[in-house]
Amino acid sequence: MKYFIVNALLALILAPVLFGVINKVKAFFAGRKGPRIMQTWYDIFKLLRKGTVYSTSSTWIFRIAPVGTLAACLMALLFLPLGYAHSPLGFQGDALLFLYLLGLGRMLTVLGALDTASSFEGMGAARELQFSVISEGTLLLLLAFLAIQSGSCELSVMLCGRPCDFWGASAPSMVLSAVALYVVLLTECCRVPVDDPETHLELTMIHEAMILDNSGPDLAFIHYGAGLKLWIFGSIFAALVIPAGAFSPWMGTLVMTGICFILAVAVGITESMMARYRFLKVPQMLMGGFCIEFGALALLLLLGGVK
Amino acid sequence: MNMTVSLILTAFMAVCLLLSASSRLLHCIRMVALQGVLLGVLPCFMWNWESGVPGGEFWFSSFINIAVKGVLLPVMLVRAMHKAGVKRELEPLAGYSWSLLIITVAGALALWLSRSLELSGVPVLAVPAAAMTVFTGLFIIISRRKAITQALGFLAFENGIALFGVAMHLEYGFFVELGILLDVLVLVFVMGIAVFQISREFEHIDADRLNLLTDTEEGK
Repeated sequence: MKYFIVNALLALILAPVLFGVINKVKAFFAGRKGPRIMQTWYDIFKLLRKGTVYSTSSTWIFRIAPVGTLAACLMALLFLPLGYAHSPLGFQGDALLFLYLLGLGRMLTVLGALDTASSFEGMGAARELQFSVISEGTLLLLLAFLAIQSGSCELSVMLCGRPCDFWGASAPSMVLSAVALYVVLLTECCRVPVDDPETHLELTMIHEAMILDNSGPDLAFIHYGAGLKLWIFGSIFAALVIPAGAFSPWMGTLVMTGICFILAVAVGITESMMARYRFLKVPQMLMGGFCIEFGALALLLLLGGVK
Repeated sequence: MNMTVSLILTAFMAVCLLLSASSRLLHCIRMVALQGVLLGVLPCFMWNWESGVPGGEFWFSSFINIAVKGVLLPVMLVRAMHKAGVKRELEPLAGYSWSLLIITVAGALALWLSRSLELSGVPVLAVPAAAMTVFTGLFIIISRRKAITQALGFLAFENGIALFGVAMHLEYGFFVELGILLDVLVLVFVMGIAVFQISREFEHIDADRLNLLTDTEEGK
């Protein structure tokens, strides 16, 4: 319990820093100095001090959307075994709740975007939903994979309660799962090649298009929520690839935090290396991720490694 | 060692997926070349090293696999590609997302079917990986328009058969392998010339439009 609280606090503090790391890596590849590593925190504090402007055409949905999204992300984060410490909130079947909390956050963002009646935001919302159909399917398959591997439906046990030698027992399916999860991470966190967070052209935006009308504290909540989402997927990735139980609790904290930052560097490198895909090509990539995860599941069932 | 074999065979299956989803010809050629290299490397990991060092035949067959399928054929295909001036398969008869799904289902089917096939001394994944590669090759032949892509499909098909042979430790497998390799080499030569001729004659290499070349009325 104590470990978990410390780990959760660490996640809450460090999550926005991940964006700073990504931007630093991108700046390094572009030969620039780049914004400071804490820039997202400065932005959030700046936005929190400002007032909020609401369009006259928007209703209460638009006002609760940012807060609701952040709350959903926070709840989802607390169900994860942060720093390999079992979540105190966990119960049998909470993996589905986790999935739907992420879905709830997305739904609120989309409804908020549609509520402004802006055509650009409608476009962004449509794209977000189109891509999420496939990426959510992949995530569901991944959870099924973990459930089979661990013999449990509780997220903490699924991620941390697996046999320690699962790399030896089912290396092929582990590699495929890790690749599929990385694709899901890029999609859910709106990174290149699915979405370009730095684009200034509304026609090519996805996530940024949905939050065009948000300002002040609302925008700060959205940025913070995006950071948390990156941390959520980073933690899942860490727990997927590195077996728990191989180290002491504090070591676990260090490993998980380290993997989150390594992932941020990897995302930064990916963004420096490739351009955003055309919209027609993104579903293809996501479909590829889905097929890979499907293959991982099939291999797991065939080759064994089931607890 | 066993795990490495599994990883290589998984890579084979992943390459099938990439092959069915990629529109860039250069990328497809690289994927097929990768399959050839994997095919050459695979026997080294399947050999039981405690029973002694394998003979010259073993090394020769590995070397020839890598040299021909990993280097020679891809280089020839790349040259044919540049000659014909095509870079990508623009309008496949089956779209890329559908191709991916079909190949995934085929892979699952292959995995399922291979469970009833009880072979001793053969890596578990070898049969499904071979079957999936064969299926991918055939699927690419029937679902793509460009002559080069169809040649690539044939190469993938042949890789699948060779994988089957490698995994089975066939007696005289070496000679069978050499025979198949010769066939493929000749085929790619012929294909290269055909592609060049088609592209010079019609300024494109869409093989399915050759159906329109007919004397009868219904073809027009």
